[in-house]
Amino acid sequence: MSQSPPRTWDEFMEGIWRQNPVFVMVLGMCPTLAVTVSGVNALSMGVATTFVLVFSCGLISLLRKLIPKEVRIATYIVIIATFVTVVDYVIQAVSLALYDALGAFIQLIVVNCIILGRAEAHASKTPPGVAMINALGMGVGFTIGLLALGTVREIFGAGTLFGVALFGESFQPWVVMVLPPGGFFVLGSWLLFFAALERRKQRKLAEATQNA
Amino acid sequence: MNVEALAPQTTPTVAMIRTLGLLSAICGLIIVASYQGTYAAVQENKRIAIERAVFKVIPTAKSIEEYLASPEGGVTKVGAGGTASPGAVKFYAGYDATGKLAGIAAEGVAKGYADNVRILFAYDPVAGTVASFSVVASRETPGIGDKILVNKDFLANFPLEAKLSADLKTLAHEIRTVKHGSKVNPWEVDAISGATITSRAVGKAINDAAQVLLPRISPQLDKLKEKS
Repeated sequence: MSQSPPRTWDEFMEGIWRQNPVFVMVLGMCPTLAVTVSGVNALSMGVATTFVLVFSCGLISLLRKLIPKEVRIATYIVIIATFVTVVDYVIQAVSLALYDALGAFIQLIVVNCIILGRAEAHASKTPPGVAMINALGMGVGFTIGLLALGTVREIFGAGTLFGVALFGESFQPWVVMVLPPGGFFVLGSWLLFFAALERRKQRKLAEATQNA
Repeated sequence: MNVEALAPQTTPTVAMIRTLGLLSAICGLIIVASYQGTYAAVQENKRIAIERAVFKVIPTAKSIEEYLASPEGGVTKVGAGGTASPGAVKFYAGYDATGKLAGIAAEGVAKGYADNVRILFAYDPVAGTVASFSVVASRETPGIGDKILVNKDFLANFPLEAKLSADLKTLAHEIRTVKHGSKVNPWEVDAISGATITSRAVGKAINDAAQVLLPRISPQLDKLKEKS
């Protein structure tokens, strides 16, 4: 249990690459597929989820010695629901247009399995600092995953990126990309891409061991 | 070190209740604080959103007043005290820079292709027409159903006649959506070919709302003429 700086970095990077919630663990698919019709939506959903992740994991970790295991699920859900309510009000205060665009998926952060999963598997066993860094990494990883879908779908489906038109007047949007099937197409393509990367890495490793 | 391992079954009831109680208190505080902290900004955002939407359908309006039209026929200003009767319909009176009535805006809703289409339409009480409309909320297919806002032929339906019948109880002619190219009367909505269902939703939303609202407010127009 050595607490060297590399471990902190490792905790942060876990969610971004090795255990990326979208591309590796394939968790939280409901918001991933539903709200990623544009870059702005994806980014705001990612930031909202990250906020809830970091603060609920922090509080859960802080109270971890106080929470009897018999009532842990109830306490986790209450804590998560609290921070989701906070995010809900903050988004309404920032922009009603954004609130309408994200719709019910803000409230549905409560049942996002990434958060309850992190609380159960990580925050309930580690001190607040480490738990929050790990949660931040997971949140950033989730945001990157959402952005990877959102930007691609927005470029193809609307010809814009974060609302800025990329192509000329003659651009005909590929409408299916901003419809539900588009979410599956883009997610599938990204998973294919990462699987190909993984396979190439393994082949190279195998070749290296053979040559050695 | 690990107390739980030593005494696995003996979590006292008090500990559970204490934790849950303490946690509820903390969480309650956080929720109430964030609600109160954002309340003013949220209300302001809602007000601006309504104002923008009304200004879009009544371009000459510079300020708005919110009213309720009750089933008995009276109109009351929202926020001026007095209780709204059940079944009252909300509408907005838009006033121009000199404080004269520029138009009346109201919401209408009807089932579209994907979900309810909620629109805001502007009624011109002088001409007896629906001058224009905008979409408040819709889940219609992008590129098909959302043509109602850009299709030139569809927008040419407005101003749309919405005159009351002689007894002032209903519209003289029901506002109907007809097949593309078969519009003959000024109270008919010419549908967009390929987006008939959404076009029909717009016509029905205007008709349903106008049938209820216009008989209630037309005897009260004098009360609305000048900004109070």
